[in-house]
Amino acid sequence: MSTKYLKINRMRRVYVWELPVRIYHWLNVIAILVLIVTGFFIANPLVLTSSQEPAFRYVMGTVRFLHFVASYLFFFNFAFRIYWGFVGNKFAQWHQFIPTNLAFFKDMWQIIKIDILQLKGKEHIGVGHNTLAGFIYFLTFIAFLIQILTGFALYSQNSSWWFPKLFSGIGFLFGSDMALRSFHHWTMWFFILFTVIHIYLVFYHDYVEGRGEISSMGAGYKFIEEDIFQEHKQEIKKSQEKHKISLFNQSKPTQK
Amino acid sequence: MSKVTKKNAFHHNKKQPHPLPSNLIYNLLVNNLINISMSNITKTQAPTYYDEVIRKGYSRRDFLTFCTTIAAYMGLNQSGIAQVTEALKTKPRLPVIWLHFQECTCCSESFIRSSHPIVADVLLDQISLDYTETLMAASGAQAEEAMQNTMKKYKGEYILCVEGSVPTAADGVYCMIGGKTSIQILEEAAENAKAIIAWGSCASNGCVQSAKPNPTKATPIHKILKGKTIIKVPGCPPIGEVMAAVIVHVVTFGRIPELDRTGRPKAFYSKRIHDSCYRRSYYDAGLFVESFDDENAKKGYCLYKVGCKGPVTYNSCGTMKWNNGVSFPIQSGHGCIGCSEENYWDNGNIYDRAAIFPGFGIEANADTVGKVALGAVAVGVTAHAIMTNVRKKKILQTIENEGKLGESELE
Repeated sequence: MSTKYLKINRMRRVYVWELPVRIYHWLNVIAILVLIVTGFFIANPLVLTSSQEPAFRYVMGTVRFLHFVASYLFFFNFAFRIYWGFVGNKFAQWHQFIPTNLAFFKDMWQIIKIDILQLKGKEHIGVGHNTLAGFIYFLTFIAFLIQILTGFALYSQNSSWWFPKLFSGIGFLFGSDMALRSFHHWTMWFFILFTVIHIYLVFYHDYVEGRGEISSMGAGYKFIEEDIFQEHKQEIKKSQEKHKISLFNQSKPTQK
Repeated sequence: MSKVTKKNAFHHNKKQPHPLPSNLIYNLLVNNLINISMSNITKTQAPTYYDEVIRKGYSRRDFLTFCTTIAAYMGLNQSGIAQVTEALKTKPRLPVIWLHFQECTCCSESFIRSSHPIVADVLLDQISLDYTETLMAASGAQAEEAMQNTMKKYKGEYILCVEGSVPTAADGVYCMIGGKTSIQILEEAAENAKAIIAWGSCASNGCVQSAKPNPTKATPIHKILKGKTIIKVPGCPPIGEVMAAVIVHVVTFGRIPELDRTGRPKAFYSKRIHDSCYRRSYYDAGLFVESFDDENAKKGYCLYKVGCKGPVTYNSCGTMKWNNGVSFPIQSGHGCIGCSEENYWDNGNIYDRAAIFPGFGIEANADTVGKVALGAVAVGVTAHAIMTNVRKKKILQTIENEGKLGESELE
């Protein structure tokens, strides 16, 4: 057996996803699931036959109610996540998602080569989001925003509260509510496609890296090989010196 | 003439308190137009609306009924009725220039058939249509002269009503009247208008002639008269009473009604058909017509699934209804087609809720495209998973060995 030459790794436990991030993630899962299922129902209601008198039925009303409740959950959850992007740890910071320098794009290209196209090369080493994932999440945030804007704009007619009314002007940008409704429906498909790819890639990383990728969204820990951990530390130190430290890194230490 | 006769006969049966000879309305209208066309140069003191009402043989009671009705349509409160009455009694009649461009005259039809007895028979006579291609008695150079005279004499005082869109392709040659393009006519007439009203979907958003591919580049008037406030009264056609009420508002208050963001009067276009629909309870109950010949259609269930655009359409059809409040499309068993909404011809099929997904052919809606994309993603993911096992064999092997070593050491 080749075990003689096998490197036995000492794993460092790194607290990657803080509790608020994890709660955000799972609330988001629930909200999006409910929104997609009820959204499909609202777009094309199922034929539910029953001998009940129409006066006692409230099927569509209930489904819509669920959709609206989930939409509020989704909105405030997202608003909280944006806030956490400024006060959270290194891995939750906004610049994990929004490219601010060329290195971000270079790193993204590296990930596309190694992980997506699976060309030969140095394996990519990361702890939190990799840059490609971060950037895709940024795109999902834009999709979130589109859904919130179009969704609340559609909802504004149902409500007398000032908050949804804020969005009532958005239909005007689209010309009509019909266009608005269609756009809301189309964007929903982005969520479905994203979910499929997202779940696949979590399994992929768990399988290829063996660092507990899947469970990291449970307890928040990832396990990093000692030498890679040190390497990573050095890299961060170097880049910090190079960039003379950005505002956010200064105020927040890497490790708690 | 026969149409008018029929219409009035109908009114007599229904509500009209003081029946008029059946062709009186038409005569009044035509005479009125001729009078104005011929005499407005020499006229010194324009009569008030009330003067005209009385002159034409209506009673004061009729007049007050009309004021009350129209005030109610406008959404005014009790004191508003007095304001309307006062205004129509004291203010001189506003001259109206009514232009027709690319249109089908359904707006005019709707207006002259605005079917509340008082609205129909009084208002049309009372607003002095100094120029309207469809209804004026004058023609040719005489007609053009009448328009020029009105524009000169009532500079800044006349109401400009525009029915139809304006073709802008090929310098506007697709619609020319009296040797002028519709763009020229519109710009000229709009310059000194007191208020500009865009009648119907054509003038407000282009309607069918601006649907793809829009060969004449039909353009709604707000895109030509930039910077001017335009009262949009969309609909194909708009409800006649709405049209009447908009004009009365301008007359009564001397200013345009409160408009929403898109320029529509809030009093008539701030509610969705869906929210004023009497079938709404079936929608909430989840009881839908599946096809027009099914049992549910007979029961009068919600038309949502057969393409009703009520939930995305802002209009007053659900409350004011049509033809003397007899019915409106949904009440007649047909879904709303959203005729007062922008771009409604291009937004999708009339009998389908889902809009066409742009760029994927006429049959493809978002779900069709989505399902195909989902399939593609599933295939891609599977391919990637297989490739991973091949290309990353070494790495996977290392991890596996390390893991297995740990396992064996625990035995």
